[in-house]
Amino acid sequence: MLSLKQRRRAQTVVLGTIAWLVALIIFFPIFWMILTSFKTEIDAFATPPQLFFTPTLENYTSINERSDYFHFAWNSVVVSFGSTIIGMLIAVPAAYSMAFFETKRTKSTLLWMLSTKMLPPVGVLVPIYLLFKDTGMLDTKLGLVIIYTLINLPIMVWMAYTYFKEIPKDILEAARMDGATLFQEIWKVLLPMSKGGLASTVLLSLILCWNEAFWSLNLTASQAAPLTALIASYSSPEGLFWAKLSAVSTLACAPILVFGWISQKQLVRGLSFGAVK
Amino acid sequence: MSKKHILPIVMAMGVATTIPQANAATTVTIGTVNNGDMVRMQSFTAEFEKSHPDIKLEWVVLEENVLRQRLTTDIATKGGQFDVMTIGMYEAPIWGKQGWLTPMDNLPADYDLEDIFPAVKGGLSADGTLYALPFYAESSMTYYRKDLFEQAGLSMPEQPTWDEVKGFAQTLHKPDEGQYGICLRGKAGWGENMALLTTMSNAFGARWFDENWKPEFNGAEWNNTVSFYVDLLGTYGPPGASSNGFNENLALFNSGKCAMWMDATVAGAFVTDKSQSNVADNVGFALAPKQVTTKGAGWLWSWALAIPQSSDAKDAAKTFTTWATSKEYSQLVAATSGIEKVPPGTRASTYANPEYMAAAPFAAKTLESMNKADANDSTLKPSPYVGVQFAAIPEFQSIATQVGKLVSGALAGSMTVDQALKSAQNITSREMKRARYYK
Repeated sequence: MLSLKQRRRAQTVVLGTIAWLVALIIFFPIFWMILTSFKTEIDAFATPPQLFFTPTLENYTSINERSDYFHFAWNSVVVSFGSTIIGMLIAVPAAYSMAFFETKRTKSTLLWMLSTKMLPPVGVLVPIYLLFKDTGMLDTKLGLVIIYTLINLPIMVWMAYTYFKEIPKDILEAARMDGATLFQEIWKVLLPMSKGGLASTVLLSLILCWNEAFWSLNLTASQAAPLTALIASYSSPEGLFWAKLSAVSTLACAPILVFGWISQKQLVRGLSFGAVK
Repeated sequence: MSKKHILPIVMAMGVATTIPQANAATTVTIGTVNNGDMVRMQSFTAEFEKSHPDIKLEWVVLEENVLRQRLTTDIATKGGQFDVMTIGMYEAPIWGKQGWLTPMDNLPADYDLEDIFPAVKGGLSADGTLYALPFYAESSMTYYRKDLFEQAGLSMPEQPTWDEVKGFAQTLHKPDEGQYGICLRGKAGWGENMALLTTMSNAFGARWFDENWKPEFNGAEWNNTVSFYVDLLGTYGPPGASSNGFNENLALFNSGKCAMWMDATVAGAFVTDKSQSNVADNVGFALAPKQVTTKGAGWLWSWALAIPQSSDAKDAAKTFTTWATSKEYSQLVAATSGIEKVPPGTRASTYANPEYMAAAPFAAKTLESMNKADANDSTLKPSPYVGVQFAAIPEFQSIATQVGKLVSGALAGSMTVDQALKSAQNITSREMKRARYYK
């Protein structure tokens, strides 16, 4: 019979192994993408797939010669950070009022906001395209910032709302009793208390903007196209392209992976805080 | 720098980059597909801009289906995002008729329009007006492994019948050795399995629509075609053939796993390229298979450059399109990339050049296939539509994609051929009635 200590140890080993297995399964497509980016096109298409091969940098060289990576990457950075900043500036006050000054319609308003995410984007493509055309916002970063802010706002408000709900009203009331203005109440009391949750909201918004492909492909041409458009330019129905596509995808993922890695501490704290767990 | 200073600077940089910058040269924005010939054209940007300092080129390269959706949205809403659009033989006559494209008239005298194959010009015209200049064109043909045929004592005719192809596939199918008798497109899509299946149905005497635009999937010809296709590819094809498109079959053929492959003539350059093909020295070429007729047995497609009416740089766009499809451009490609890399299938002068014919082993059969294809007369019985492997009507894309899924389903075994054809007949009838082709 196993002692309690032994049982706990066995449990830790089993859970640890399962966690590692799940992590490896989730990471495998990324690993394979990075691996394929160092193969020749013929190796990338080989059956059975090759794990061992002579690595080459020719795909990266060819991408560097053919495309201006930094132009696309800069567009992604501007659009993702721009829409996240604007989104947070709107989401935080909205969530604050909904969390601390709840009315009988708050819940249904939140649900209505979220329901806009259920509409397939292609359903509103033509109206939005015409609006963008008439306002001169086609192929502009400003246009993408606006559309990304609008599509991510419901999730940002919802997340911020659930984090704020965890904070006792009494603390804010105490701040008010001490003479804090509305701005001071939010800036000096609310935001520091919900820092972890808001950091994860910011990161989620950044990832969603970075990966968004439908609108970026349809509303941009040469000036404002982000990295998702660069990836789409390496896919082809006639000709072998997997290795180059993997290389360009690796380049496109790299900045956001690094950003996620750096901010993972905040993200984990944020995800284990509040109602969105 | 303190943290509070970073945010305004980042925001200011973002705003600054959104302000368009003044530029003296006329900018021509070109929407194009990602394939070897188009990428090469893009690599000559500097040469073009050097010889035309008043024009600046901007490229938007996208995957074919994404580009098609993107260009359609832009041209239908008169978005004006593109000055030059890469379109195919399917779009050119439809968009031309709608008045969305600028007619390609008053071309420079040295352009030599007469040098372009009449079938290609015809496919890019509507009511006698040319709406796009062909960049390259292709038909379809048969690729086979000469070494395997020789070992088995077989000989490939100039133009085999589908029955003969089946016999060869039966002999050469050795799945235990990783060798499959035949590779064909199985992936669903109007430009995927339906391109092949439509040419196959032409050879079997079928047609998409009768003279009154009524679909004919309930006829014996379509039944013979689809039954033959499912049996041939299901029995002698590679496993999972219902998800194989051009690229998957190219990879299988280049790695030596297919004894035969029927697909686009453009593949000739890939299967004979030693840097990507293990069988480059052993590839033989024949015409696309016939059956009860040779009519429409090989397809006809061209990627062409068109100028939308919504462009505000039409003159500069025309200068670019005439340059990119000219003899001068072919000479530039021959001098810098090798003569075998000249865009194929558009100009008779390319095939009159003995150097090209010697450098490209697939050129003779490409020329023969191109000469046989006729978009205006591709079916045994008369048909009301233009197009060999498609019908140039706006509804075709959606209908053929749905039919393609049914055929792919029959190949994968999820339904019978009869069920697939019955559903195809119902779907097509409904769509054609809805579009008021008949009541």
